[in-house]
Amino acid sequence: MNFSDLDYQPIILTLHLAAVTVLVLLIIGVPISWWLAHTRVRCRPVIEAIVALPLVLPPTVLGFYLLILLGPNGWIGKPVATITGSPLSFSFTGLVIASTFYSLPFVVQPLHSAFEAVGKDPLEAAWTLGASKWNAFWTIASPLALRGYITAVVLGFAHTLGEFGVVLMVGGSIPGKTKVLSIEIYDRVEILDYGHAHVLSVGLLLFSFLVLFVVYSINRRLPVRIS
Amino acid sequence: MNQLSAKFKLAFPGFMLNAELEVPVQGFTVLFGPSGSGKTTFLRCLSGLERAPKGFLKIGEDIWQDEKRKIFLPVHERPIGYVFQDTRLFPHLSVEGNLHYGFKRRVPEKGEALFNQVVEIMGLGSLLNRRPNKLSGGEKQRVALARALLTRPRLLLMDEPLAALDAKRKREILPYLQRLQSELRIPVFYVTHSLNEVLQLVDTMLLMEQGKIIAAGPVADVFSHPEIGIHVGHSLVGSVLDTIVDRQDIDFQLTVLKFKDQTLYVPRRDVTIGGRLRVHIRAEDVALAVAPIQDQTSVLNVLAARVLDTSPSPEDDCKVEVRLDIGCPLLATITRKSLAHLNLQPGQNVYAHIKAIRMAHELN
Repeated sequence: MNFSDLDYQPIILTLHLAAVTVLVLLIIGVPISWWLAHTRVRCRPVIEAIVALPLVLPPTVLGFYLLILLGPNGWIGKPVATITGSPLSFSFTGLVIASTFYSLPFVVQPLHSAFEAVGKDPLEAAWTLGASKWNAFWTIASPLALRGYITAVVLGFAHTLGEFGVVLMVGGSIPGKTKVLSIEIYDRVEILDYGHAHVLSVGLLLFSFLVLFVVYSINRRLPVRIS
Repeated sequence: MNQLSAKFKLAFPGFMLNAELEVPVQGFTVLFGPSGSGKTTFLRCLSGLERAPKGFLKIGEDIWQDEKRKIFLPVHERPIGYVFQDTRLFPHLSVEGNLHYGFKRRVPEKGEALFNQVVEIMGLGSLLNRRPNKLSGGEKQRVALARALLTRPRLLLMDEPLAALDAKRKREILPYLQRLQSELRIPVFYVTHSLNEVLQLVDTMLLMEQGKIIAAGPVADVFSHPEIGIHVGHSLVGSVLDTIVDRQDIDFQLTVLKFKDQTLYVPRRDVTIGGRLRVHIRAEDVALAVAPIQDQTSVLNVLAARVLDTSPSPEDDCKVEVRLDIGCPLLATITRKSLAHLNLQPGQNVYAHIKAIRMAHELN
């Protein structure tokens, strides 16, 4: 087997997708987690269940509905298509949206429990010392929840790297556009190119292990431990 | 001088705060009452950490809350310091980082030496680089106190800051609280269910029960509240007197105290002449006589007194509490039999025989 004819495009695309998805997930996931950790409203379990759905739902089900939603006749796809000229399905943006849903619980749950562990007490202290709620969030809650942030970023990233079903449904397998690592592996196996499938699979395996190993090591060494 | 007017109505499941208060903001005000009486909730309402749906709070000319006009000043805009029972130091910051957190958010004053002054008063110089988890309980509480002081508060709120400490640590902190009063002159509202630890410091006392403030005023007056015994505990049922150290009697090894033209003798103490000394007299230690038998008793302290009223002792069916006036209120517990025998009536002149006097700062 020759390494030089290994196609790097799926790898780069996958890393790009994971990075963008994590960024979007942080922007969406932090407020959701914060709200879940501090709200007392009765509809909280509903939101928690919705966020956790991708954990149990077959990715194809999620992908199917997203395909309909983002497609040329979907609620979201149609208006987008009239503005930009193309629907969101089978596009990189569509993949980001799909991955965001798919990996949401992996970001929200660590953040949620981290914020819950920090609790209200240190925030109250910060307020009495002259910090506004926004200011106290950045200077007290976030540093104290640092472990949660790290876990959320890494799990969100690693989970997006490995997604398959949702991508296949929403993005298909367009080289350079939506053909991610897991689909490339599937394609290689389909054409019985086990050599390349092995290289990519081992790479993904090692990378995932390494990332998780680093996270658990850092978490152990972080100075701040709340619970 | 600033006046505090507060009115809070707030309901939790199984608890109702319905407190009204009008006191001057000065000196050391203790908010005292049994657990669950609403002291902490009241303090939290003052700070703005809790928002009473029906609430009004005015300090001096500043209105901090008026729900009728939808006014509510958020916590971080109130010039208060808050010391929590569990200190709540920030674990990710050093002692210095904790102190600076509030310090850099205060309203600065020109040429101030506040930071160094507070660090010095609280004795924190050698701890600045430590992490909170490397401090003892007493040190943590001193840091929390300094951190609150560095916001330059107009009012310092303290919620049972000594409750989590053992007796030795408590004695360690008390001098710092005293210096707070004498050197920084910041008014303090102090919540406690254990009065004797701070009796020495208290100027104004608020008594809370079931969400209501049932008595408020100078500590000596509140101590003469007829039902005080239920609240302050049996060993503290009695009276608080503020005296001036008049002289030391070397021959008999006594210290002579004066208050309102009356004289008290106590075993000699190492105290400054002319200084103020607060003493506590248990109601059980006061006996009454209708005739001046001064020359026929071994009791050293016999004071002329006038009977104000009597009420049955809430603790003991055979006893009554007699409220006397000796220039200030004095409580005596005698048996019902003695009351009948002496036939005491309000307005009657009697002689109070005081068998023991305790120093407020030596109570435990």
